[in-house]
Amino acid sequence: MADRPIRVLIAKPGLDGHDRGAKVVARALRDAGMEVIYTGIRQTPEMIAEAALQEDVDVVGLSILSGAHLDLFPRVVDLLRQKGLDDALLVCGGIIPDEDMPALRRMGFAGVFGPGTFTQDVAKFIREEVARKRGAAAQ
Amino acid sequence: MNPESVQQLCAGNPRAVARAISAVERGGAAARAVIAAIFRYTGRAHVIGVTGAPGTGKSTLVNEIAKQYRRRGQRVGIVAVDPTSPFSGGAILGDRLRMQDLSGDPGVFIRSMATRGSLGGLAAATSDAVQVLDAAGFEIVLVETVGAGQSEVEIAANAHTTIVVEAPGMGDDIQAIKAGILEIADLLIVNKADHDEVSATVAALEMNLNLKPQAENDWRPPVLKTIALTGAGVADAVEWIGKHRAYLEAHRLLELRERARFRAELEMVVQRELITRLLRGVNGTKIETLVEQIAARELDVYAAAEVLVGGIQNGANPIFAATD
Ligand SMILES: Nc1nc2c(ncn2[C@@H]2O[C@H](COP(=O)(O)OP(=O)(O)OP(=O)(O)O)[C@@H](O)[C@H]2O)c(=O)[nH]1
Ligand SMILES: [Mg+2]
Repeated sequence: MADRPIRVLIAKPGLDGHDRGAKVVARALRDAGMEVIYTGIRQTPEMIAEAALQEDVDVVGLSILSGAHLDLFPRVVDLLRQKGLDDALLVCGGIIPDEDMPALRRMGFAGVFGPGTFTQDVAKFIREEVARKRGAAAQ
Repeated sequence: MNPESVQQLCAGNPRAVARAISAVERGGAAARAVIAAIFRYTGRAHVIGVTGAPGTGKSTLVNEIAKQYRRRGQRVGIVAVDPTSPFSGGAILGDRLRMQDLSGDPGVFIRSMATRGSLGGLAAATSDAVQVLDAAGFEIVLVETVGAGQSEVEIAANAHTTIVVEAPGMGDDIQAIKAGILEIADLLIVNKADHDEVSATVAALEMNLNLKPQAENDWRPPVLKTIALTGAGVADAVEWIGKHRAYLEAHRLLELRERARFRAELEMVVQRELITRLLRGVNGTKIETLVEQIAARELDVYAAAEVLVGGIQNGANPIFAATD
């Protein structure tokens, strides 16, 4: 059976006022052949988890500029697990200091992309990781 | 589908619903398994198609319509279709962005769908997704498609009640007339009624309707005004949906339309299956040989097709025996 296109939810938790960066990533992923569900700014962890659940996504991508990631991201991760979405690939980006990266990885974020990341690299990372997960699931 | 997942789906469990929609979207055997398991639980939902030119406010309106039904205690499922990019095969599905008022409400389920590859595939996938939501107990199912492209329009037209959304501010240019989708409207909504030129747009639509010959029992689509951003006029639109439903019931049109839809779907599936099975039985080199013969002008395309399908008529299959 042919694989379906990779489905990605892109959301911005917290109170960030603008979403230029998230939109650039969304477009890049579309251009890489993915279906991107874009929910915009000011998303609560509950809204993000609910959208991920209903949309049955392969990937949840969080973008944040406000610095509230260590506060908000764990709540998103917990809610996803509660809803049985523990198989989704988690990635995040935005303004994330280097010293927070280990904590985010421990939380389950396989990809943490700081400022200056090339969007092609994000797309490539997602494609490879999802292929690996799908391969493992098919075993 | 295992009985446990079917039970969860029918109880409205969102994970079960979401996965079933993914399966029907994938098509093929996965889709057939889901439909086989749930079909008997369908047939209760009122399906409302919402279509119109890009940016007319369809998603914002769907959000408001859903809120009205929630106030009446009805559960609402939403399928929002956006186009797949022909260049990359990817898509940005942004309708959900306008439906944030509905988040956190377990009585609402929103699913975004991309048009993906084939036209027939989209029609089948949306129709199946609607059935999943129907079986899951959503009493109202709203289907949003962009009113451009035949298959998207057909999907909206397949609903019990079809709403065509127009926005003012394009002068005399009525997008719905240009796109040829006025004919499918049970309700015409001029959204963005906070803009100037609303009355000109309403008048142009009314005039267009007046040109259409109207038999005594025909439904005449009302032309309504809404401001989806504030919700103004939406309660009235929902009243009209109810009137349209009552009209369909009074004239037994629900049954008739349903049968017409099943007949069309059956024909479509038969066509697709026949082609798949026929081509499966033909080896690739035979087709290549025929193509070469066509290129050499030894055979024309019709004659070559006859080589492939000509045998069928004389076959033992009673379906073929029954036709002419
Ligand atoms: N002024 C005004 N703007 C509106 C109204 N309804 C929607 N909008 C705005 O129109 C824009 C498009 O609205 P959507 O609901 O996304 O329109 P759509 O038809 O779903 O768009 P597509 O799905 O892209 O075809 C948004 O910026 C809305 O906020 C309205 O009644 N008045
Ligand atoms: Mg929309």
